[in-house]
Amino acid sequence: MDTLYYLIQNMLPVAIPLLLVALGGMFSERSGVINIGLEGIMLFGAFFGALFVYFVQGTEMGPQTILLLGMIIAAVSGFIYSLLLSFAAVTMKANQTITGTSINMLIPAIILLFSKMFFNSDGITTNKNFYIREVPVLGQIPVLGQMFFQRTYLTVYIGLFLLVVATVVFYKTRFGLRLRACGEHPHAADSVGINVYKMRYAGVSISGVLAGIGGFFYSVGVMDGNVNGHTGVAGFGFLALAVMIFGQWKPLRIFWAALFFAFLRTLAYSVSLIPFLNNLGINQTYYKMLPYIATMVVLAFTSKKSRAPKAEGIPYDKSQR
Amino acid sequence: MQDNNNSKKSGFTLKSITQSKGFSAFTAALLAIALGLIVGFLVMLVADPSNAVKGFNSVLSGGLRRIGDVFYFATPILMTGLAVGFAFKMGLFNIGASGQYTMGMYFALYVGFMWDMPKGIHWVVAVFAGMIGGMLWGFIPGIFKALLNVNEVITSIMFNYIGMYLVDMLIQGNSNMYVSSMTRTAYLPSSVQIPSLGIAGSNVNFGIVLAVIIGIILYIVLQKTTFGYELKATGFNKSAADYAGMKGKRNIILTMVIAGGLAGLGGAFAILAPSAIAGSSMTYEPINIIAANGFNGIAVALLGNAHPIGVIFSSVFISHIQRGGTLASLYGYKPEIIDIVIAVIIYFSAFAMIMNSAAARFIKTRREKRHAVSEAKSIGDKDASSETKEAKK
Repeated sequence: MDTLYYLIQNMLPVAIPLLLVALGGMFSERSGVINIGLEGIMLFGAFFGALFVYFVQGTEMGPQTILLLGMIIAAVSGFIYSLLLSFAAVTMKANQTITGTSINMLIPAIILLFSKMFFNSDGITTNKNFYIREVPVLGQIPVLGQMFFQRTYLTVYIGLFLLVVATVVFYKTRFGLRLRACGEHPHAADSVGINVYKMRYAGVSISGVLAGIGGFFYSVGVMDGNVNGHTGVAGFGFLALAVMIFGQWKPLRIFWAALFFAFLRTLAYSVSLIPFLNNLGINQTYYKMLPYIATMVVLAFTSKKSRAPKAEGIPYDKSQR
Repeated sequence: MQDNNNSKKSGFTLKSITQSKGFSAFTAALLAIALGLIVGFLVMLVADPSNAVKGFNSVLSGGLRRIGDVFYFATPILMTGLAVGFAFKMGLFNIGASGQYTMGMYFALYVGFMWDMPKGIHWVVAVFAGMIGGMLWGFIPGIFKALLNVNEVITSIMFNYIGMYLVDMLIQGNSNMYVSSMTRTAYLPSSVQIPSLGIAGSNVNFGIVLAVIIGIILYIVLQKTTFGYELKATGFNKSAADYAGMKGKRNIILTMVIAGGLAGLGGAFAILAPSAIAGSSMTYEPINIIAANGFNGIAVALLGNAHPIGVIFSSVFISHIQRGGTLASLYGYKPEIIDIVIAVIIYFSAFAMIMNSAAARFIKTRREKRHAVSEAKSIGDKDASSETKEAKK
């Protein structure tokens, strides 16, 4: 039972970045823009969030306040960085995959350059502890308390809250409907007076905000508040894309998919703590490959009947029929 | 670069050169390079204003004094550039060149350490082994794409990670290859090292010659064979190619296998290069990092407009500014400045062609206004729209 508690407690902080970034990818792709650059945007958000933490960690601010402020900074920086993609993909009608790739390549180089020049390291190291030992009152509930309200991070609750917000915006507002229309049939959307360019800018920007937050939450919940230019976010942006495809571009399914992938990853990194798996004597590297191999298996089964937005990846050109 | 080839076909007048597709690709590449260098300079200004001019100067002139090194470091990215560019002609974005490169390197290392062979044959076998390793890692995304309709971008990214973990694990688990006290691979025997070209103070080797020859062969395959024609036709319009009876699925797999083989060769050329210091060799450090040469191949391919001959030149250029980046560290900058420049170049080359064709359309419509013939205009519009379609590819 302790092992189960341990796995769940460790899985949730990993699942939340995946969930948020995959939701971001969903907003972008349902508006019609493929966002391969999620990995880069995550790292960008994580970098500026961690930079903020680095500068204020000496002050009297409480860790959770710093976390919230850092989140806002990560969101804003993610938004700004995503403008690079929306400008190229929407305004300039450039190839979205290539643009996304360049976004992914740019930020590790920037982090390494500046960290090496100013911090003499490969990234930013902070010493603020965001860990919550136990949530008051709720942590006392017998089984559930131990699963969800002990040894956790604030990021988990923020992430779940954002999931609810994203679902409501996506399905229950006029904006969400319009956004989805732009990804399916932009010309039809245009003919009823929706500004496709604006909607696509909005979709990519939301994905930038969510990916920025997701990146910061990754550095908080997985990397203990550090950011490294070499390892970056370890392919979480790409895994999030797989989560999004596995979740068939729908918020709730994405949530389950994120939990699934996070479970695999947590398992991979805690093999030595689980007696049963440890006794099998399989090289740990196999477990590290597991999330990526699982992605391939999942994609192989889901891609045939993929419900991808019809117009994704195709730049919208008003004058085309 | 490439406009030579096109101009030969269509005569030598200046107009035919400036209006050819190759020329617009060339100017687009120049535009992207210029913008990339400007951004690089701005970043240097932000990082350290006092040395920016000196540092930038060394970036620009970096490779001129070390021609041998330029060609030596150009060899692997030339191969990965060809790998990305070749798949690009088919409309596939082979972002997995890193994984294929790593696999090729591992296969070459394996032959180098585990097989005992006479000098002269050993390195050839190792290079071939590298090619096969890369082919294997290109084959899997090809199968996934052709038979299961899985986006090759996601597949090949996943296989970058899987390949990287797998190779690092295999190397660390093999006591013949891995020296755990140095956390690196051991020195390769000299029989498996590619013969040096003998330029003093540089590791430049026979690999660059092979790489250029492979580039030329690819050019011939693309231009003169049925397979090359089918490949380009599929890249241009998949449905039309299917309708014309071309075997799209087979071609997808074949393209990915060839692309993988090219990247694998790049890995083999890199690890089998001779060392200037006698008794040593190139080594590999398994520290769970995805090979950067694969991603640099994307920049090389885009700058060269995915054209094999163009890729040869663009790889030399990228290698040149990379040498400059190492020189810039004399002024306190880090070599990563070049990675920034490369990323910006990729960013702008994604739409440089479109900026270019927009300018061309502008000139064209002005010229047509003078003619004021409605027929000519509709043809011109068609041309312009087909141009933008190409640029999107």
